[in-house]
Amino acid sequence: MTGTPLVATPAPPTRPAATPPASRPAGLRRRWLVAGVFAVLLALIAGVSLGPISLPPGSVAAELLNLIPGVHLESGLTEREIAIVTELRLPRVVLGLLVGGLLALAGGCYQGVFRNPLADPYLLGVAAGAGLAVTAVIALGGVGRQGAITGLPMTIPLAAFAGSLFAVTMTYLLGGAGGRSRSPAMLILAGVAVSAFLSAGQTYLLQRHSDSIQPVYSWLLGRLATAGWHDVLLVLPYAALTTVVVLLHRRELDVLAVGDDEAKSLGLHPQRSRYLLIAAASLGTAAAVSATGLIGFVGIIVPHTVRLLAGASYRVILPLSMLFGAAFLALTDVVARTAAAPAEIPIGVVTALLGGPFFVLVLRTARRVLT
Amino acid sequence: MTPEPAAGPAGAPAVEVRGLHVSLDRAPILTGVDLTVAAGEWVTVIGPNGAGKSTLLRAVGGLLPAPGAISLFGTPSAELRRRDRARVVATVAQSPVVPPGMSVLDYVLLGRTPYIPPLGRESAADVAAVHDVLDRLDLTGFHRRELATLSGGERQRVFLARALAQGATLLLLDEPTSALDIGHQQEVLELVDQLRREHGLTVLATMHDLSLAGEYADRMVLLADGRVVAVGSPQEVLTEHLLATHYRASVRVVPGTHGPLVVPVRRR
Repeated sequence: MTGTPLVATPAPPTRPAATPPASRPAGLRRRWLVAGVFAVLLALIAGVSLGPISLPPGSVAAELLNLIPGVHLESGLTEREIAIVTELRLPRVVLGLLVGGLLALAGGCYQGVFRNPLADPYLLGVAAGAGLAVTAVIALGGVGRQGAITGLPMTIPLAAFAGSLFAVTMTYLLGGAGGRSRSPAMLILAGVAVSAFLSAGQTYLLQRHSDSIQPVYSWLLGRLATAGWHDVLLVLPYAALTTVVVLLHRRELDVLAVGDDEAKSLGLHPQRSRYLLIAAASLGTAAAVSATGLIGFVGIIVPHTVRLLAGASYRVILPLSMLFGAAFLALTDVVARTAAAPAEIPIGVVTALLGGPFFVLVLRTARRVLT
Repeated sequence: MTPEPAAGPAGAPAVEVRGLHVSLDRAPILTGVDLTVAAGEWVTVIGPNGAGKSTLLRAVGGLLPAPGAISLFGTPSAELRRRDRARVVATVAQSPVVPPGMSVLDYVLLGRTPYIPPLGRESAADVAAVHDVLDRLDLTGFHRRELATLSGGERQRVFLARALAQGATLLLLDEPTSALDIGHQQEVLELVDQLRREHGLTVLATMHDLSLAGEYADRMVLLADGRVVAVGSPQEVLTEHLLATHYRASVRVVPGTHGPLVVPVRRR
C-alpha cells in the first residue's frame, strides 16, 4: 500500500465550532484597506486644494465628484478655479498618485523577489538605467530641444523600460541574487556600481550634447510640475500591467521568502516567477521614471513602513504599498510646492531628504539579515 | 523497472533509484547510486561529510535533474509535474529559511501551495487542513506566534507540520535533529515514527547520529564517496569494520534494545 496521506485533498470541515478569527491566515484586513483608500482620497483633495491659490477643500471635493458622470454638485468655484482644478492640479496629483503607487509597488516587489530588505528601484540601478535611456532619447533624438519637454513622446517609456531591464540584469548578474551563498549586501553593492556606471554614461551624454542639459535636468528633478493629462494617459497602461502582474503573484512572493529550493519542492517555478516579476517591477519603474524623472526612496520608505505596521506578508505589503505610496508621493508633492512658495522644491529632493535618514534606519534593523 | 501510469500500482516501491549520477560543476557527487524504499518503510542514509547524502535527498525530492533514474510510487519522477510531485514528496531541509515576521500558521499554510491554484488563494479547506496538522503536532497554541521566536525544538515541529500539510506520503528529512538537544531529538523522531505508523508515511532521512539513526530506521544505507557501500538492517550496516573503513572512526558498537549503539572511543 502507498499509505494514507495525513491530509489528502481538501479535508472535510471536521473541526468543531469555528476556528477563532485570530487563526485566519495573513491577508489584507479591511481596516487597513480602508485606511489606504482614505489616505489616497486625503492626498487627492489636499493635492488639488493647496497651491499658490488655495481653494476650499469642500468645494474641491464637490468639483471632483462632478467629474463622475451624472453628478452635478454646486461647488461655488469660479470658471477659472474649476479650470485650475481639472486642467492644472488634478493631472499633476493623479500622476503623483500613479507614480508613487508604482514606485512603492516596484520596491516591495524587488524586496520579495531578491529576498532583500534594501532592494529598491534606485539602489538596484533600475532608475539609473531608465534615466540613462531617457537622457539618450532626449539628447540624441533631440526631443524637447526647443525648451521644456511638453507632453511625453511615446518613445520615452519604451526606452526607459529597455534601460531599466538592462540595469537590473547587470545588477542581478553582478550581485548574484538567487545564489544561496552570496549575501544580500552584494546585490546592493552591485546596484550601486551599476548606478554609478550608468550615471557616468549619462553625464558623458550631457557633456556631448550640452543643448539637452536644460530639458534633461528639468526632467531629472521630477517633472510633476508640468504634468498634463497626456502624461497620465501614457503612464496608465504600463501602470495597469505592472499592477496586475505583481498583485497576482503576491502569494508566490510569500512562498519565495522561504527560498528557491523550498518553493520548488512546494511545486512552484521560482526562477520563472522571478524573471516575470523583475520585468513587471522594472516596467513600473520605467513608466514612473519616464513620466516624472528620478524620485528616489519611495520604494524603500513605503513598503518598510507598511511591513512594520500591517504585517510581513506580501499579500498585505503589496496592495497597501500601492495605496500608501500613492498618497505619500502626492502629499510630498504638496510639500514640494508649498514649503518654499512661490518657488518649488524639486520633489526628488524632498523624498531624498526623507529617505536618506529612513534608509539608515532600515539598514540598522536589517543588519542581521545582511551579515 | 517498467514505468507505470500516474497513480502508481499497488506494491510499487515509494522510491526507486537506479544508477543515479549527479555532478555539480563537473565534480561527480553521486556515481551510480541504487536505492529502493518500500512504501511505509523508514530508510536512513548515513555517511561521512561530503558523501552525497543531501544530494541524494535533493535528487529524490526533484530538486536536481535526474532523468530516468528515479521513480516515485512507480511513476518516473521526471514525468511528474512539479506541482504533482509536491503532493507526493515533502522535504524538510536541513536548516530551512525562517522568514522574518511570518506566523506559524502562515508558514504551515505554505505546505498547501500544491493545492492552491496558481495565482489563487487558499480555500477554507486548506486552512482547516492546516489547523488539523497543527492539532496533531500539538502546535495549536502556537499558530499566531512568529516562527522566528520559537525554540529549536518547536521550530522543527513546525517544519514537520509544513511538510505534513503537503499531504505527501513520502517524507524526506535532511538531518532532522541536527539543531536539537538530545531530548528534542528523541521527541522529533518519535513523532515522525508515530505519524509514519498512523498514516502509512514513508520516511527517507539522512542523519549523523548513528545510534539514533539505527534505533529508528528499518534499513540503513551507508554512502561514501558518492556510492552505496552498504545496505541493510542497522545491525548489518553499523559495524565497527564498516564505520572504521568509511568514517575513519574508532568506534565500539554495542547491542542496544532498538538497535546497535555506536560509541566513539579514543584511538590511543
